[in-house]
Amino acid sequence: MTAVKLESSIAEDETVIAMQNVNKWYGDFHVLKDIELTVAKGERIVICGPSGSGKSTLIRCINHLEEHQEGKITVNGTVLDKNLKNITHIRREVGMVFQQFNLFPHMTILENLCFAPVWALNMPRAKAEETALHYLNRVGIAEQKDKYPGQLSGGQQQRVAIARSLCMNPSIMLFDEPTSALDPEMIKEVLDVMIELAETGMTMLCVTHEMSFARSVADRVIFMDEGEIVEQNTPAAFFDAPQVDRTQKFLSQILSH
Amino acid sequence: MQETTVTFQPTEPRPAPVHQTKAIAWLRSNLFGSWFDTLVTLALTGLLLSFVPDLIRWLFVTATFQGDDTVCRENGGACWPFIIEKFQVLMIGVYPQDLAWRPAICAIALVVLAWLTYWDRIRGVALIVAWAVLPIFALIMIGGAFGMQEVDQSVWGGLMLSIMLALVGVIVSIPLGILLALGRHYGSPAIKVLCVTFIELLRGVPLITILFMASVMMPLFLPPELVINNLLRIQIGLIMFSSAYMAEVVRGGLQAIPKGQSEASLSLGVSPVYTVAFIIVPQALRHVLPPLIGRCIALFKDTSLVIIVGLLDFLGMIKSAALDTDWLGFQAEAYVFAALVYWLICYSLSLYGRQLEKRGPNART
Ligand SMILES: Nc1ncnc2c1ncn2[C@@H]1O[C@H](COP(=O)(O)OP(=O)(O)O)[C@@H](O)[C@H]1O
Ligand SMILES: [Mg+2]
Repeated sequence: MTAVKLESSIAEDETVIAMQNVNKWYGDFHVLKDIELTVAKGERIVICGPSGSGKSTLIRCINHLEEHQEGKITVNGTVLDKNLKNITHIRREVGMVFQQFNLFPHMTILENLCFAPVWALNMPRAKAEETALHYLNRVGIAEQKDKYPGQLSGGQQQRVAIARSLCMNPSIMLFDEPTSALDPEMIKEVLDVMIELAETGMTMLCVTHEMSFARSVADRVIFMDEGEIVEQNTPAAFFDAPQVDRTQKFLSQILSH
Repeated sequence: MQETTVTFQPTEPRPAPVHQTKAIAWLRSNLFGSWFDTLVTLALTGLLLSFVPDLIRWLFVTATFQGDDTVCRENGGACWPFIIEKFQVLMIGVYPQDLAWRPAICAIALVVLAWLTYWDRIRGVALIVAWAVLPIFALIMIGGAFGMQEVDQSVWGGLMLSIMLALVGVIVSIPLGILLALGRHYGSPAIKVLCVTFIELLRGVPLITILFMASVMMPLFLPPELVINNLLRIQIGLIMFSSAYMAEVVRGGLQAIPKGQSEASLSLGVSPVYTVAFIIVPQALRHVLPPLIGRCIALFKDTSLVIIVGLLDFLGMIKSAALDTDWLGFQAEAYVFAALVYWLICYSLSLYGRQLEKRGPNART
């Protein structure tokens, strides 16, 4: 893998996500515990940790797919509360890519990409299609635009899903294990798209266990366990000198295969 | 030189047994596979032989195709002139003859739209609008408006009325059913209770009861100025009944859509209403197309019950034709014809539905 480290594009003085003392429960189960996290504009964060540690829940709170019960989440200056207007506003600025792609199977690729710009931003269809083709070109599947998602490989579907998010011109991108459902030979094509996106200065939060990606792209690696942020550091320090026992144990498991 | 005279002796061409053996193999595997299959086959063959020849004789051989009732009685078979004479009344009831072209145009419009839908020539919003406009167009054409001569609803009848009741019933009850299903699936607790109560009440009552309530009881409880005509009341009864069943069908489809679909749409900043309208409902409907078509067929057959509350639909016209004193004794022909028409329409609907299922990305993947 490329050991080349991507140049950082952090704008230190500009916080785009601030989570203050965030707590969340599923019934009695305390899934997020006192989460404190600030993300600067252009920062690229990789979140890792054992299964069930609350990684998905954490990033899904940022666009309110999950609701937190305590604490304060601010995205681009807008506080997330029950106000649907605020929620929708934030969702338009925050793109999300899912493990299972979640493309709309009843729409062609082009329709998948045009759907949100047309129905959420009232963009004229011609303009939406132009934008869509631009991003399809960028992820390298413009020639598939009239196919249905079911006709594409997993890697292609995930690239379409990324393009679909980009069509809304988001300032922040969330990735929830984008390569976990892919066959090994398709992981690279998706990671390449993500690296390219990182090069454009996009603020990114990625839940992933692709450690080479973390090393070359991330500005900061966050380790979660049992609903807590246990440790966070630059990738070099995180991988080479983990401070906490739980991190060391996790890394040895991850790297052993 | 002897050798040179040896002529080429072709061997006997082998029989070309392919078809025969195929047929025998087919028979063996499908009809005589085991002693039990053999028994069933023989029993069914016996049963068919016991009445099919008589039926064919009655339908065609001794049947009368031209003439009047006396000829029919002499021949003894089926009396088709009776059906031919009654044909118009069976189709449109006592609707004025000189205006018969109006329902005919509606029938053509229905067939054309069904054809366009079948061949995927019309899609999306246009498709929905066209189907929503069709019953309105039909009501205007049949009832008369915009300067056309008005025809009172009391003379609407025959197959026209049956199709009208079923068509309006289906086209209104599908969206209503979708709303009920959505209310039950996504609604607040109060809305949920409301939807569940409506659905379970209507599904727990036989259609005849609902028709009686609509026809007889509703006028008793409503203030006189609110009393609407009988046909409309019965149509509303049919719609309510049908929408409860449609709702249950659609609900099954809603449950089959993975949560990730709505999450993907919402995370793009699309409003919950548009998410449901464009992501959830279309997929849910596609999932339940077969039972949905089944409900449409069932509703068409159910419209024959309106005869009980005094509407002269197709079956009502059949019945009154069978009682015509000029043609006494030809009831069987009337009911055979009724069965044939119902079967033709329902079977075409079923084939139509199967074709629709084959389309769409479900079939392409
Ligand atoms: N809707 C839910 N209801 C109850 N428990 C849930 C729900 N979603 C997730 N959980 C639980 O919360 C924990 C954290 O889940 P998640 O954030 O998906 O973990 P991760 O992404 O790190 O694997 C898990 O133990 C999971 O079982
Ligand atoms: Mg997860």
